[in-house]
Amino acid sequence: MTARYPGFETLALHAGQPADPTTGSRAVPIYATAAYVFEDSDHAAALFNMERAGHVYSRISNPTVAVFEERIAALEKGVGAIATASGQAALHLAIVTLMGAGSHIVASRALYGGSHNLLGFTLARFGIDTTFVDPRDHAAWRSAVRPTTRLLFGETLGNPGLDVLDIPAVSAIAHERNLPLLVDSTFTTPYLMTPFDHGADLVYHSATKFIGGHGIAIGGVLVDGGTFDWSRSGKFETLTEPYAGFHGMNFADESTVAPFLLRARREGLRDFGACMSPHTAFFLLQGVETLPLRMQRHVENTRKVVAFLAAHSQVQSIAYPELESHPDHALAKQLLPRGCGAVFSFDLKGSRQAGRAFVETLRVFSHLANVGDAKSLVIHPASTTHFRVPDADLAAAGIGQGTIRLSVGLEDIDDLLEDLEQALNRAAKAS
Amino acid sequence: MDLVASPRLYAYTGGKKFDSALPTVVFLHGGEHDHSVWALQSRYLAHHGYSVLALDLPGHMRSEGPLPQTIEAFADRIAVGIAACSAERMLLVGHSMGSLIALELATRLGEKIRGVALLATAFPMRVSTALLDATKNAAPAAMDMINVWSHSASIDAFNRKPSSPGPGFSNFWGNLRLMQRVAHRSGPEVLQSDFAASNTYQHGLEAAAELRCPVLFLLAQFDTMTPSRSAGKLIEACSDSTVVTLRGSGHALMAENPDGVRDELVRFAARSFDRTTR
Repeated sequence: MTARYPGFETLALHAGQPADPTTGSRAVPIYATAAYVFEDSDHAAALFNMERAGHVYSRISNPTVAVFEERIAALEKGVGAIATASGQAALHLAIVTLMGAGSHIVASRALYGGSHNLLGFTLARFGIDTTFVDPRDHAAWRSAVRPTTRLLFGETLGNPGLDVLDIPAVSAIAHERNLPLLVDSTFTTPYLMTPFDHGADLVYHSATKFIGGHGIAIGGVLVDGGTFDWSRSGKFETLTEPYAGFHGMNFADESTVAPFLLRARREGLRDFGACMSPHTAFFLLQGVETLPLRMQRHVENTRKVVAFLAAHSQVQSIAYPELESHPDHALAKQLLPRGCGAVFSFDLKGSRQAGRAFVETLRVFSHLANVGDAKSLVIHPASTTHFRVPDADLAAAGIGQGTIRLSVGLEDIDDLLEDLEQALNRAAKAS
Repeated sequence: MDLVASPRLYAYTGGKKFDSALPTVVFLHGGEHDHSVWALQSRYLAHHGYSVLALDLPGHMRSEGPLPQTIEAFADRIAVGIAACSAERMLLVGHSMGSLIALELATRLGEKIRGVALLATAFPMRVSTALLDATKNAAPAAMDMINVWSHSASIDAFNRKPSSPGPGFSNFWGNLRLMQRVAHRSGPEVLQSDFAASNTYQHGLEAAAELRCPVLFLLAQFDTMTPSRSAGKLIEACSDSTVVTLRGSGHALMAENPDGVRDELVRFAARSFDRTTR
């Protein structure tokens, strides 16, 4: 006797939304409203006091946004989710819900530049310090933990070398110290990996990328697995002690598995205000509906592009975990059996000029600063995002003069390979 | 608050200080759960004229063991805790296994009980051999079965509105994580013990026949854990019963239809306490 859960594809289309009870609308309606009429004063008071579920003001919650949140929670197997204005807002919301000045984070050093900046510079200005560690060095994770540490953090696939975060090992280190592990799962999406199954406690996405999938809206989402025992940890008074800012509520008394989300919504969204608009949620939901189909095609095309580049004389090296040459190849097979995503870097032979020539010659790939679009994208870090960085620092970050980052899209694979071939030929001449 | 200090018997009071002078609503959760399954109903009543005691059952989460092995043993231990809080007028509200405990508890507290609400109840509350075996030998699979069968059919389990405890939450995964948390915090034996206690309880009809207060049967249309027809004998045994079936909901009706459950409990509480004060 077994019980069967609905499949991923079904949840991607239906979770979080019955047919609209007012109009019968099958598509998710865009509830473009700032606020919601109360039935009477008692109804209003009950909503404000969390005695009943519902919407008060769209900075705190909105019916369209809630569909997006509940759909992502369903796909990630989380107890709930909070949609935010961007992926960076989701990361910020997670951190400020858990800690304040005097706290400390241990983070992988293989992070998206914006996240590295937030942790290394911006939050330090507010008294939250971060120690960055090699994500593959388990001893470094362990030894970096201090009495003031409140969070371990990494990306499922690190930047720029696609380091595969050993979530089972790093989460075990975190849990030994009664700490949670937060992961940025933007590159993998719940289709390629559900981090809660491997020990992560909190997950966030830049939903702008593969979840939305079409490069049309900026958004983020923070998901709570409901797996971390905040009360037993004893380190998170924001969740386990009365909060004067919300009627003296002790969030752990109210919800055994989701005090984090209650506080994040009732404080973080309310006070910092980085909420998602219903229009953005609608855009992103169109992407979620085809997420499984798109991710299959993204991975299929990426594997063919990687094979093409690996055989090309103008390519020096490729960082993709499905290749045996990648240091995390075995771990990737364990954690990412459906594929390692569609964003990766490779090194051209030759100079910075070769990289520039390659990027400028591509016609199907678009030269821009984004990833995870249905369209194929490319960027040359040394001449764009990192153009002010000294060569030595570039090398330390794993970025060479000829490093190219691709985000492989859904186009006809022959058109992609043809485009790459002509650009590689141009790069050879430039070097 | 702690009803008993040692071994600790904990009750959530709905965000308000407990006042024994007010009519008291006692919430009793089901197997492998805790007080948080009543979040919306208990908090609402606590802010609308009632004192609330939403217990963690003995041996569950914040309430210390020993873990009672029978429904009667649960009731014995809770009766001691209730006596300590000096409440004189009470409505008992139980869900699933908690509904059986409510029946037994009512027989122990006598005249103090002004109403009993039995949610997703059945008698006998038989548990299939396959599920009972799984609770003992394959707990993750058993929790999956319980979770699927506790919610309304198929995809509807993922799109019930409003979500509980609010927008953005997943009732479905929340229930699974709660069961996992109970196992982690209170021990892997709780799951099997709770389901075995429900399965072997035999005193339901006698306990129901003893009730001299109104009884509300709040059942769920798509309950596959305790199908609504399985409450028939209990309904017949009660001298003053009201039956309400919530359409569209499954066994986990407090999460799947929080407003419907709250509204029925508000009506029933008013009736129960008014009836005795007329």
